[in-house]
Order: sequence, then structure tokens, then C-alpha cells
Amino acid sequence: MGLTLAEKILNEHTDENVRAGELAIVRVDVCLTQDGTGPLAVRQLEKLDMVKAANPERTVLFIDHAAPSPRKELANDHMLLREFAKKTGAKLSDIGDGVCHQVIHESHLKPGDVLVGADSHTCMGGAMCAFSTGMGSTDVAVAIALGKTWLKIPETVRVNIEGELSNGVYAKDLILHIIGLITADGATYKALEFGGSTIDNMPHYERMVLSNMAVEAGAKTGLIASDDKTKEWLESQGRGDDFRAIAPDADAVYERVVEIDAATVAPIVAFPHRVDNVKTIDDAKGEKIDQVFIGTCTNGRLEDLRVAAAILKGKKRHPDTRLIVVPASRKIYGQALEEGLLTIFNDAGASINSSGCGPCVGVHQGILGDGEKCLSTMNRNFQGRMGNTEGFIMLASPATCAATALAGVIADPREVL
Amino acid sequence: MTRNGKAWIFGDNISTDLIAPGRLFHLRSNLPELAKHVLEDADPEFASKVQKGDFVIGGSNFGLGSSREHAPTIIEIAGVSAVVAKSFARIFYRNSINVGLPVIQCDTSEIEAGDELELDLAAGTLKNVTKDFTLTFPPLPGIMRTILNDGGLVKHLQKHGDFNINAE
Repeated sequence: MGLTLAEKILNEHTDENVRAGELAIVRVDVCLTQDGTGPLAVRQLEKLDMVKAANPERTVLFIDHAAPSPRKELANDHMLLREFAKKTGAKLSDIGDGVCHQVIHESHLKPGDVLVGADSHTCMGGAMCAFSTGMGSTDVAVAIALGKTWLKIPETVRVNIEGELSNGVYAKDLILHIIGLITADGATYKALEFGGSTIDNMPHYERMVLSNMAVEAGAKTGLIASDDKTKEWLESQGRGDDFRAIAPDADAVYERVVEIDAATVAPIVAFPHRVDNVKTIDDAKGEKIDQVFIGTCTNGRLEDLRVAAAILKGKKRHPDTRLIVVPASRKIYGQALEEGLLTIFNDAGASINSSGCGPCVGVHQGILGDGEKCLSTMNRNFQGRMGNTEGFIMLASPATCAATALAGVIADPREVL
Repeated sequence: MTRNGKAWIFGDNISTDLIAPGRLFHLRSNLPELAKHVLEDADPEFASKVQKGDFVIGGSNFGLGSSREHAPTIIEIAGVSAVVAKSFARIFYRNSINVGLPVIQCDTSEIEAGDELELDLAAGTLKNVTKDFTLTFPPLPGIMRTILNDGGLVKHLQKHGDFNINAE
């Protein structure tokens, strides 16, 4: 019997052959923490008298969540992280460098790696065909020091997507559609594996959106086979040599298989306060929106900014709808600057913030007022997420967000593309 | 050894944003202070009124969302005996064991606010003393049981020097 992607990658990192359902000690290639979880990880290593990194070149401490620091307590946390990096030789990714998941993808991750990160959206690395999963501070701290962790080898839910997405429909709409179908705990404890002709033809930067949101269905990771599209993307980052093709076996054993017809997917909006509370654009449009946010590890990439800029070019945001744009990394910020995208956003009346998580974590840069509604390219719309339990968050693609910024109400991007 | 306390009822989909909200991000390095706000966005009375030994009773998908270990940590600091829910999100479940907080998966639908509960982890039973019925639950898988019995992952490593995957 054949192996799933999860079993294949994990078998390369264990001493014994393992199958879904078994517990194993797994060698870890890459570790990440961020400024919300890193300080606790550092303190746990101090408690264990293990202030070291087994693989410092591939251990990255990110300062992206509350960056630049909005408060002295957080500035002190940032100091602790910088000091740990100096002591251990681990890499530091400081304020303005970008969101951890984007930067780890751009500069560190290779197909076949095992990545553990103290952030739930670490699963985005699955688009690189790396077994990437989010854990807590202590688990990641131990992985940093010992270069290993324990895992239950997950069963896999295979999602086959066939056909072409229609114009104005993006990977974001597809994943919201899938989560609406399988629900927010439909893949708990399991790996998702995305495949089929839609995925074969999908550019790498769009695949990253699918893997990013795997955790929103409860999944441990969201894997995609590495192929020519992966290679092209790695080459675009100057890392073509890091490529290796990995595919699941044809006779791999899946817990279940979900079939999706891409042509039937419309632009989708997830309504408060659950990611699986989805509506198609026809049922969503017309809802008044106070703030639009385009950015994050989910949808703050150059191609997302291009789509939004094409819609906003030469136009102004609706006077009652604020617009916040945050490129996901310094590299993307620089490219957007060079291409004139930031000028388009600025002229449209956007507030442009330095690369990082921006208002997604509810700590700064766009906290909602009581009763306010935000349409966002984020991955999560839980109550209180944007710093106020009295706020309402809705999720959509960059195109839907840009169209909405112009209209002041949720709008169909297909009418302005 | 049993753990006894009152039930506090929470619904389905209690996210880590409701347990340890992002607006209190600056308190994450001051866990006793953060614990004064535990679950306050789900039940504003809980943090001030919870008694040592009480139980947090959830519905399905308890702890979904962020990987922040601070969420189960402050529930543990508040003196909660265990979180009991119909189902848990994966990262929260693993984090709870790592910080020494028992997490029990069973059907919570017959438990009501204020019910007196008695948990016997070793026996795998949760007795509702008020309503006189007993729920049973299966033991944790291998290494998780060892880590919880050791008092969390830090203590597990201090005791064994490494992961002890086969310890009983």
C-alpha cells in the first residue's frame, strides 16, 4: 500500500517506518517562533537550561505580530528575542521584514522539510510540500534545542479539485468554499492533501492560500505535491537548487476523499464569527463595511496586491470605508513600491503599513470600533480577533476586498475586473 | 486521586481569542496578570468567580485558532481541574497536556452550570455528583499520558532528559 505526502515526508525523518496513526519521534529541519509565542519559548528553554539551537541556521525568530512595538511590555519581549538570537546563532527576522510564514517560504523552506512553528498558520509551508505544523511555545522550544519532536502520524483527507476557476474566483474563494463544505473541525488531527487538475495548474502563490487555511478546518497541515510550479516559484526567489519533486503514491490510503468541481465555486465571503459560516457573493453583497484590510500571510503577496491595485487604480475608496494595506514581506513591499502599486493604494486613500501581521492579531494598526464591520483578506474571523469583541470580521479575496473598498458595501469583484 | 469542583458551561467553538485575547497581547509575559482575564470575552464573570478545582465545560471544537500556549496556561493558573469538551482543536489539546492541564473528551450535553463534578483521571471517569451520573473516557495515548502525569513537557524533559515515548 502506498504512502500519502504526510507519510512520505515523515518517514524520511524517523528511524523506523511509520504509517498513519502511529506515534513517532520526528527530526525537525526548520523551526520558527513569533513575538507572541517566542518569549515564552525562550523562557521555557531557560527553565530547562537548554538555551541553544540544534540547527541555528534554520531556526528563525520573527518579530512580526506587534511590530514595530506599540507598547513597552512588547518592546521588552522583542529585546528578549533579539538577545536569544545573538546567544544561540539563530536567525532574527525583525520589524518590517515580514510575516513569519511568508518569509520562511521565501527564504528557508524546501520540499521535503519538516517545519514546526509556534504559530497556527505554520501549515502554509505545506504548499512547499514540507510537513509544516503549528505547535505551542514549549513544543517548538524543545524542537529548537533538540532538533526533534514527537508526532502522531496523521491520517490524510485528500481534496481533489478538478476544472478551472471562473474569472474573479481565486484560491481564497476555493478554500472558503472547501471549509464551508467540510466545516471548521472537518479535518481535526488530520492532514489535508490538495490535488487534482485545478491544483496542477494553480500558481504556487495561490497554492499558499490553500495550505495557509488548512488549520481553519482543524488540520495539522495542508500538503501539496511539489512540481514544476513549485520549482518556478523557488527559482523566482533565487532558490531553484532547493527544489525536489515529491508526490503521493497513486495507491496512497486516505481517510476520505473530497471532490470539488472548481467551475461551481463563486466568490465567497465568510461571515462572523466562524470561517465556515460562508455565503456566496450574491447572498453577501450590499452589506455595509467600515474597514477593508488587504494583507497577511494569507493574501498579502505581490500578486494579491496587483489584483487589488488593478481594481483601485485611478479611483478613491468610499468615503465611509477605510482601507488598510500591508504587504506580507519586505521583499513584497519593495516590489510593490517599484511597480507603483503603493502609489495606486495611496492615491486611492489607503493607509499603508510596514510589512508584518498588521491588524490581523488585534493588537494594533486597525482595531475595530464597537459594532464596526471589517472585510479582510485574513484567514480568521473569530469574535474579538481584531481587538474588540464588539467588532465583526468578514473574510474574502483581495479582489472582493478591493471592490468593496470602492463601493462601501460588499461588492462582486467580477463587476469591476 | 480525584479532583472536585463546579461546572462552568461554555458553548461550541470557544477560540483562543476568547480565552486569551489579542488585545491583551502585552500581558503574555505576565501570565498571573493575564490569568485575571481568562475566558473573560466568553463569560465576563468567570475569571473573578472561578474557584480552585472548578471545571471548564465546552461543546465542540474547544480551543480552535491560534497556537498560543498562554490560553491553556492561564486556565491552569486559574486553578481549573480540567477542560471537558465534546471535541478539541488539535494545538490547544496538545498545549494543554504540555502545561499539565487535563483535557477530557466526552459528551458534555447533560452537564449544567454549577453541577458538582468529580474527576478520576486514572479510572477514566467524570462523575456528576449533582445529577448522579458518570461519564467515562478513554486513556490518553502513550506519550501524552506520560507528559501529563509528569506535570507537563518541561517537567517531563527535566525528569527523563529526552522524550520518553514508551514510558508507562
